[in-house]
Amino acid sequence: MAGITAKQRSERERSGARRVLITGLSTYWGGRLAQALERFPEIEAIVGVDSEDPSRELERTEFVKVSNNHALLQRIVRAAAIDTVVDARLVVNSLTTSPREAHENNVIGTMNILAACAGSDSPVRRFVFKSSGLYYGCEQDDPGFFTEQMRRPHPPRTRIERDIVEAEATVTDYADKHPAVTVTILRCANVLGPDVDTAHTKMFALPLVPMVLGFDPRYQFVHEDDIVHALEHAALYEAPGVYNLAADGVLALSEIISLLGKRPAPLLPPIGTSLMAGPLRSLGVRVPDEMWNQLRFGRGLDNRLFKAEGFEYKYTTREAVLKLAEHQRLHPVLRGADRGYTYEAEVEEFLRRSPLVQRDRPDAESAGESEPFEI
Amino acid sequence: MGDRRTSLAPGTPAATAGDDELASGGELVRREAEMMPAIEPERTVNDWGRSERVEGVFDATVVEFFYRYWFRTEVEGIENIPDQGGALLVSNHAGALPPDGAMIARAIREEHPRSRPLYLTVEHFFKGYPGFSMLVPKIGCVAAHPANVHRLLYDEGELVLVFPEGRKGTEKLVKDRYRLRRFGRGGFVEAAMRAEAKIVPVCVIGAEEAAPVFAQSKLLQRMTGLLYFPITPTFPWLGPAGMLAYLPAKFKIRFLKPIDTAEMGADPASDKALVQSVSQEVRARIQENLHEMLGKRKSVWLG
Repeated sequence: MAGITAKQRSERERSGARRVLITGLSTYWGGRLAQALERFPEIEAIVGVDSEDPSRELERTEFVKVSNNHALLQRIVRAAAIDTVVDARLVVNSLTTSPREAHENNVIGTMNILAACAGSDSPVRRFVFKSSGLYYGCEQDDPGFFTEQMRRPHPPRTRIERDIVEAEATVTDYADKHPAVTVTILRCANVLGPDVDTAHTKMFALPLVPMVLGFDPRYQFVHEDDIVHALEHAALYEAPGVYNLAADGVLALSEIISLLGKRPAPLLPPIGTSLMAGPLRSLGVRVPDEMWNQLRFGRGLDNRLFKAEGFEYKYTTREAVLKLAEHQRLHPVLRGADRGYTYEAEVEEFLRRSPLVQRDRPDAESAGESEPFEI
Repeated sequence: MGDRRTSLAPGTPAATAGDDELASGGELVRREAEMMPAIEPERTVNDWGRSERVEGVFDATVVEFFYRYWFRTEVEGIENIPDQGGALLVSNHAGALPPDGAMIARAIREEHPRSRPLYLTVEHFFKGYPGFSMLVPKIGCVAAHPANVHRLLYDEGELVLVFPEGRKGTEKLVKDRYRLRRFGRGGFVEAAMRAEAKIVPVCVIGAEEAAPVFAQSKLLQRMTGLLYFPITPTFPWLGPAGMLAYLPAKFKIRFLKPIDTAEMGADPASDKALVQSVSQEVRARIQENLHEMLGKRKSVWLG
């Protein structure tokens, strides 16, 4: 790298990330992040790994289908001289997979990815881990706002929470052993948005939103775009440490329901609430285990530390809820209009490698994508 | 780095502490205070779950009735409540389901020139109890967690009321009236010191006679899962409503001269001896004033 100019060097300092590996490319966050990073010309390589095909259309991200095997991952990391790894594959909703698979993914998977980045001769200089607010849990004697130094007052109650606490412990351990690597952990509050599918968006789609009788928990959300931008921010800028990611404003559940224009249905009994899981399921509502306590006690996160790092949220909790309300009203009109994307390895191969494909068409560049997001 | 750190003024004044490490720590916290979420005027419920609407209804009906007509509350020393900035109010506490907190909040709203809102700290127990869990935050109560008190005092600059006697005060029987219990472990002093807030001692008389507790039943407490099970003139005989059936004792509230913790040097909260002596001083002042007020009182009911 003899011929590096001063401009290039300053650019490199601004964005540490040049060669990024995204683990969990096929998850919602992995795909969105890859799409976002593709717009930065200074990022020269984006590699995504997952055990399933990508679910989003990507232009220049290289996809490698690989399971959580640390030896293979390590070969990819070294061969591609990856300097930044973004781990966006955490399972936070226990209904999406079996508990065993969630454990395999969250704990064993994290361990393997860290093993692939370990070693004194590893090219990795930055590791971003997307964690969850489930780390703190929801209990009666919680503080109103969790700050990053706080730990949960009681041991985890559900398997998924236990897995997340364990996964974070392995990441912190890695950070301690590799002082040269900048490790960023982002603990995200519950996500809300038109595109993402969570237990909460499902619940808010019902005409009557179930509540626990006699409880009105405090809820904080974060908009899906803000999470993507936060992952991007962590990949582009130096931000060592643990950060909460939650929008401004903690709303009462009743307030959220009225913003959505729905009606509250305080039908769940305050004692033995989780016994209602069966009857609710037969009504088409599935509530994951880790959500029961949140429906009673709620959770608030202190989001000031990441803001102090220079990150700006686009939406407050209230605005995120209003965005969802807008989407819910439009949904019947737009239904079916968005065509799904299916990954075809041969097509992608042709588009990227074939000499017949005309690249660098200026009109195609400017017409489609808007400006990269300014942080 | 460009302008991404514009929101952090480069010339943030460093904390006055001499030590370098402390100064940088102080600076970080100060910076965080600037990152507080903006207030959204469209909302009627704030981040603590406090609802203007519910509080307004509650205040205009139940609290108004008790404050003005039932307890005929008299207030002294309202000028000791600062006009702005965080202050920690420390009061004596008594009676089954004590009415003193609500009366102090009402007194400040009524008498203080800026009618500042007051946050009451309550046991975590309430958050787990259906019904209470919904109502209690809406009328301005927060769980008594040191982090909550710190955020309210330091970052939001609000008035916070604590009862350092806690459950020991409410469990107290009528024969021990106006004898202050132990003031916890001085946690309230530490909270005020860390937040550089003033401590305002508050004395309340009347609450002990309004809801006298003749006995505590351990057995019934265990059977009902309540915090404690008091036997009062009306409870449990009238059912849960008996908790609210107060006797019409005359209330007097006196706010004492504030103690400024900001003048106690750098990081006073780590000095355990100082914390304990401030805690004892607050306790002694309240006890002394209680004796004086009781000495002047001619009648429990007429004042």
